[in-house]
Amino acid sequence: MRDILQVQHLSKTFRLSKKQQKLERTKEKVRVAVNDLGFTAGEGEIFGLLGPNGAGKTTTLRMLATLIRPDSGDALIDGKSVVTEPDEVRRRIGFLTSELKLEDCFTPNYLYDFFSDLHRVDREVRERRKEDVFTRFGIDRFAEVKVANLSTGMKQKVSLAVSLVHDPEIIIFDEPTNGLDVLTARVVTDFLEELRSRGRTIIVSTHIFSLVEKLCDRVGIIIDGQMVQCDTLANVTQGESLEDRFFQIYKETAGDGQ
Amino acid sequence: MRSSIFTIMKKELARFFGDRRLMVTILMPGVLIYVVYSFMGSAMGDMFSTDEDYVPAIQAERLPDSVSALAEAAGLPVELCADVEAAREAVTAQELDLLLVFPEGFDGRVAAYEPGGGQAAPNVEIYYNSASTDSQTAYMTVTGLLDAYESSLANKFDVNAGAGTYDLATEEDAAGSYFAMLLPMLLMIFLYSGCSAVAPESIAGEKERGTIATMLITPTRRSDIAVGKILALAIVALLSGASSALGTILALPKLMGSEVEGFSADIYGIGDYVLLAVVILSTVLVLVTAISILSAFAKTVKEAASYSLPLMILVMLVGVSAMFGGGASRSLGAYCIPLYNSVQCMAGVFSFSATGTAVGLTVAVNGGVTLLGVFVLAKMFNSEKIIFSR
Repeated sequence: MRDILQVQHLSKTFRLSKKQQKLERTKEKVRVAVNDLGFTAGEGEIFGLLGPNGAGKTTTLRMLATLIRPDSGDALIDGKSVVTEPDEVRRRIGFLTSELKLEDCFTPNYLYDFFSDLHRVDREVRERRKEDVFTRFGIDRFAEVKVANLSTGMKQKVSLAVSLVHDPEIIIFDEPTNGLDVLTARVVTDFLEELRSRGRTIIVSTHIFSLVEKLCDRVGIIIDGQMVQCDTLANVTQGESLEDRFFQIYKETAGDGQ
Repeated sequence: MRSSIFTIMKKELARFFGDRRLMVTILMPGVLIYVVYSFMGSAMGDMFSTDEDYVPAIQAERLPDSVSALAEAAGLPVELCADVEAAREAVTAQELDLLLVFPEGFDGRVAAYEPGGGQAAPNVEIYYNSASTDSQTAYMTVTGLLDAYESSLANKFDVNAGAGTYDLATEEDAAGSYFAMLLPMLLMIFLYSGCSAVAPESIAGEKERGTIATMLITPTRRSDIAVGKILALAIVALLSGASSALGTILALPKLMGSEVEGFSADIYGIGDYVLLAVVILSTVLVLVTAISILSAFAKTVKEAASYSLPLMILVMLVGVSAMFGGGASRSLGAYCIPLYNSVQCMAGVFSFSATGTAVGLTVAVNGGVTLLGVFVLAKMFNSEKIIFSR
């Protein structure tokens, strides 16, 4: 299996403002968000990034999505560097996070066309894909309803549809089922599995153990910006539940009492 | 034009034109300006005009024969005053328009008076009420009458006493100088208002709502996003500015008094309007770019509005300069300063003194500033500190 994603020594630090220093009661002027991170993901694989809040998962995904630049290191997506070829990387990825919102005043139909145009998807291909995905997610009934008037679940489905207008090779999801009702969450996870079966690579960040156990082929555990374990799910869990194993690793890494 | 620029433009325009509230915000100022200015003109006209048939109530103490004859000739009936104190109270109560108090032996003292002789000149007291338009009008009429009488007593020479026309300015020039004094400032304010109504919403609003990052993960170039947004915002701001400007131009004759002959925007030809349109377009691009950059620094639309405040003050100050500048500047250096160059060009167009070089230089400078702004905005879209500062 070819490694379509290669993350090499990725690091990122943030300068803390005085306000942040005060809020977090620290005198440190710099926060290391990601520290020398490295992992790979193969074609047709679902890779789970697991870690507590503030571990560096979102920062890592933002770097992979070219929204922020790493301080050092690089990530190659299908051989294209996020540092030197961000436009090429953007053509190859679909990125979905709860931070990225759709404009309320537009309809799903308009937004799908708009993002297809930005990705320069051919009109015929666009219409075919739109029909498929809208039917699959039940968006077709709400295609001309403004996003503002859609339910949270339907908004998430539209976001998902819109992030895949160009049928990307790698799909990066930050907390894909966060805030969704069980039915919508099931639709999303089923769709991720289908994408895997079509050879797409999916990177998900989450702190939901059951989601990782259900979906992921391989898992990377990030604590304090460092990859402390990265292997197949079976090798990471070693016969235990992922939750138990995670807390063992967390305890060993972060120390007692935390 | 690159297709992604066009796509961004279409989306921005669809957002504005799909939002009825925003449309009203953009187009309503013109209607409001027309209604308010027309109402103000009408109200001020009523306040300061008197009925042509109105006969002022005037009383006089010790009315001399000379003045009595002059008043009669002018059609001003003057009654003799029985009680000066009561008459003054009547003026205060607006029951009497004017009270004239002449010194004793006025005609004789005037005839005997020699300027420079060391004696005090005979003094006429005229009591009036400035709160009453009728009283003020009567005061001005009688003062004019007495001034003319005084001049006739020692007439050595006259100035412009003939029946000819001495002011050789054409009606167009006169109206043009009025427009050149007033309109550049108003236009700058309206254009700024139009830009500030749309730019913060499009830049800071998208950041606030988290929708801009969705666009930034597409392969669209940052500069294309910046250009697309600025062009679309410029179109919307132009519509808003045009609405306001049209309302002003139509209402100005009413505001200034419809009896002023030649006071109409008809005095300008198509060439003047083309020059004005070119200057306005380049000005809007500069304003939209500046407000977009300020908005990109802001975390919210509200914060963007406060960041734009210094720019608004600057625009007003620059606009006011046209009121005191005495027409367009002749120095080409003035056309190298963004925004000030626009005001100078507008004053030049309105006063028929604009030159092609000045307008060309203004458009080139404003175009250069816009391109620089697009470059800065594109860089800002690349900055994680800017995009994720929420």
